[in-house]
Amino acid sequence: MPKELKQFVIFKLGDEEYGVNILQVKTIERLMEITRVPKAPDFVEGVINLRGEVVPVIDLRKRFELPERTNTDNTRIIIVSIEDITVGMIVDSATEVLQISEESIDPAPSIIGSIDSDYIDGVGKIDGRLLILLNLKKVLKSEKISEIEKAREEV
Amino acid sequence: MDMNKYLDVFIEEAREHLDNMNRCLLGLERSPADREKLDEIFRSSHTLKGMAGTMGFEKVSYLTHEMENILQDIKNEKYELSEGVIDVLFKSFDVLEEIIAGIAQNGVEKDIDLTEILNELKGRIYKPDDGISQEEPKKKEKLQEFNRYEKKIADEAKRQGFRVFKILIQLNEDCVLKSARAFVVFNNLEKYGEIIKTKPQVEDIEDEKFDDSFTIFLVTDKNKKFLEKILAGISELRKVEVDDVSELEEEAFEEKVSEKPEQNQNQSDTAEPLKNITKSNINFISKLKTRKTVRVDIERLDNLMNLVSELIIIKTRLEEIENKKHDDRREIYEAIEYMERIASNLHDAVMKVRMVPIAQVFNRFPRMVRDLAKELNKEIELRIKGEETELDRTVIDEIGDPLIHLIRNAVDHGIESTQERVKLGKPKKGIIDLLAYHDGNNVVIEIRDDGRGINKDKILEKVFEKGLFKKTDNIDQESILQFLFLPGFSTASKVTGLSGRGVGLDVVKTKIESLGGNIEVKTRKMQGTQFIIRLPLTLAIIQALLIKVGSEKYAIPLSSIRETVTINSNTLKNINNHMVTLFRNEVLPIVDLKVELGIESEGSYENELTVVIVKKGDKSLGLVVDDLVGQQEIVIKTLGNLLKGIDAIAGATILGNGNVALILDTNSFFKGV
Repeated sequence: MPKELKQFVIFKLGDEEYGVNILQVKTIERLMEITRVPKAPDFVEGVINLRGEVVPVIDLRKRFELPERTNTDNTRIIIVSIEDITVGMIVDSATEVLQISEESIDPAPSIIGSIDSDYIDGVGKIDGRLLILLNLKKVLKSEKISEIEKAREEV
Repeated sequence: MDMNKYLDVFIEEAREHLDNMNRCLLGLERSPADREKLDEIFRSSHTLKGMAGTMGFEKVSYLTHEMENILQDIKNEKYELSEGVIDVLFKSFDVLEEIIAGIAQNGVEKDIDLTEILNELKGRIYKPDDGISQEEPKKKEKLQEFNRYEKKIADEAKRQGFRVFKILIQLNEDCVLKSARAFVVFNNLEKYGEIIKTKPQVEDIEDEKFDDSFTIFLVTDKNKKFLEKILAGISELRKVEVDDVSELEEEAFEEKVSEKPEQNQNQSDTAEPLKNITKSNINFISKLKTRKTVRVDIERLDNLMNLVSELIIIKTRLEEIENKKHDDRREIYEAIEYMERIASNLHDAVMKVRMVPIAQVFNRFPRMVRDLAKELNKEIELRIKGEETELDRTVIDEIGDPLIHLIRNAVDHGIESTQERVKLGKPKKGIIDLLAYHDGNNVVIEIRDDGRGINKDKILEKVFEKGLFKKTDNIDQESILQFLFLPGFSTASKVTGLSGRGVGLDVVKTKIESLGGNIEVKTRKMQGTQFIIRLPLTLAIIQALLIKVGSEKYAIPLSSIRETVTINSNTLKNINNHMVTLFRNEVLPIVDLKVELGIESEGSYENELTVVIVKKGDKSLGLVVDDLVGQQEIVIKTLGNLLKGIDAIAGATILGNGNVALILDTNSFFKGV
C-alpha cells in the first residue's frame, strides 16, 4: 500500500507540540511590533505590518485558553492562510518540519491535553512523540470568531 | 486565440457605441433635420454589428442589422422619422444594452427573445407580411435557391443598381480553423457589400459544420474582377468562383446608389482586431467574467514612465552618496527632497491613470429623463454641466445607481405636472440640473430641480405617525430633512412605478457613505430641491490627522474633521450618562477615546483637554485625545477578512517607521449620541 505522506510545520505551546499542514503556512516570522485593535475579540493580539500588508495576529495560547505566554527569543508568528483569511499565530517556538504518513495519524480523542478537540484534526505519532494536528479552519472560524460577525449583524 | 482579451474590448466599445447612439438619437429627436446625427447612429450601429459579428454574438448583429435597415430608409427619405420610430429605436438600444450586460456577466449572449422587437422594427416600415432579410437564427433548411425574403432583397438591390454574386469558396484541405478562415472571407466581403445568404447557413459555418467549401450570395456595387482580387488576398483558399447571378433585364433600372458600401469601408477598420474570432472559441471562455478595464490616454502613461525613470536616477544618486567616504548631509537632504517630489508626482500620475470622466455615468441620464418625462406626461429638460470631471474608476462604477435614484425622484416628485406649473406661473418646462465639479480634494455632484420642493410638514407628519418623535418635541428645521434618509421613510402619498416605496434615500446615503462621501439636501418651498453629493477623489490615499491616545497612534480622516480645539475640563457636564460641553453656545457631545478604545476604564481629566471635533452630516461630536501628532497623507489598507467590519475601525495604514496605525471610523461614535 502506498504511504500518503503529509508535511507539517511543528510548533510548541507550553510543553505540547502541535502541527499545521505546511500547505497552509505562508511564512514564519520573528515577533514584531503588534498594534492592538480595540474592540476585537480577546485572543486577537492586534495587527502587524507584513511587508506592506496589514495582517491580524492571534495568540494561540489565549485561543486555547492556556496560561499566558512570556515572550522569548524563540517566540514566532506563523502566518497561515485558509480560504480568504490570512492570519498570524503567535507560538512559543517553531521547531521543525516533519513528514507524517497518513497511517500514523489517529483521529482526535475527545479530550486531549487542555485544548478543545474541535480544533483538532488528529494526533500524529512519530518516534514516540505526540503531535496535535490542528484544524485551522475551525481554529479561525469557530463560534468565537463569529462573535465579531454577530456583533456586526446586531449593529 | 485568446478570446477573453477581445471580449473586454468588445464590451467596452459596444457600450460606448450604445451611449453614442442614445445621445445622437436624443439629439435627433430635438432636431430631426440633423442628418449628421443620423449618420452617426448609422455608423455606430454598423460598427457594433461588425464587432458583434466577428465575436459571434448573433443576436446583437441581427438586431443592429434590422436597425440599419430602418436607418437606411430614413436616410434615403423613404420613411419619416416619426416619434414611433424613435421609440422603437430606443427600445432596440435597450435590448442591445441588456444583451451586452449579459455578455459582460457570462461571456455569452443572454437568451432573449428578439421576435417582438424585430417585428416592431420591421413593422414600422414594411407591411407585416413583407419582412425583409429575415435573418433570425432559426433552423430552416433551404438548400436550393433564395427563399421569398432573400429574393426580395436581391430584387430590391438590383433595382438600386447593385449586383448579386454567387461566390463559391473552397478551403485548403489542411486548413486548421475553417470557421475562422470563413470569417475572414465574410469580413472582407462585408466591407464591399451585404451577404444575403450562405450555404450552408451562417450558424453551421460558425460551428464548422461544413466540409471544405461554402457558398456566399453577395449584394454589391463592385464587379466580379474586384471581388476576385479581394478574395485572392486571403490565404488558405484553394478555389474561388465568382458568378454574377443578377438577371440581365433588370439592368436598365438606374436609381440612386446608396452610399452604404463606402461607409462600410470606413467603419470596418474598428472591427479589425476582433477578426478571426469565431463562435467556437466562445465555449472556452463562457465561464469567464470580464475584468474591469480603464482606457488610458497614452500621454498619461508616458508621464508615468518618465517619473519612474527619474526614480531610478535618484536611486543611483543615493547609491553614489552612500559610496562616498565623507558624510555630506546637504547632499543627502537634497536627494531626499528630490525623491519626495517624484513620489508625490508619481502618486498623482497613478491616480490620473485610474480616473475616468463622469460623462460615462451622466450619458445615460438624458435618455432616462426623456423616457420618464414621457411616461409621466411632464415636460422636463435635463441640463448637464461638468461631465468631463474625472473620478476614480471604482467610484464611477458605484455612483450610477444613487444618481439614478435621485434623478428619478426629481422627475417624479420634484417637478410638478405641466398643468400645475402653468397654474403656479412657472415655465411649462421643468428643469433638472446635473452638475459635477472639483472642490479641493472632493468631487461634488449636484442634482437640482425647480419643482415643488420637499414639504417639511409632510415629513413631520410622517415622523409623528411613525412615532419617531412626539409632537411636543422640539425639532429644528434643519434636522427635519435628515429624516428623509431613514430606512423605510417615504412622503409620497401614492406609490408609483417609479418611486414612493420608501426604499431609497437611505440606500443612496449608505452607498455614498461607503464610498467615503456624504450627501446633503436643501430645499425651498415651490422653488425646488437640491441634493449635493461630495465624493473623495480617490479611495486609496487620504489626508488624515494622526493623534495619540495613551501610547497608541490612530489616524482620523481629515474629511470627517471639523476642527481641533482645547477645552477646559470643568466645562464638561454629564447629561443622561453622556458627556457634553457647551461649545460656541451649542451642546457638543464628548467621547473620551481612552475609554471608548478600551485603554483606560475611566477618564481622568486634566485641566486642558485636546478635542478633535468630527462631523457626520450636520451633527458634531468631540473626541478627547491625548495629543495631536500631525497631518499626513496615508494609504488605506484593509484589516483583512478576519477583522472585517469591526466596530470603530475603518482600516489601517502603515506609518513611516513601519508600524501599523489604525484608522478610526468616526461615524461609529455617533451611535450612542
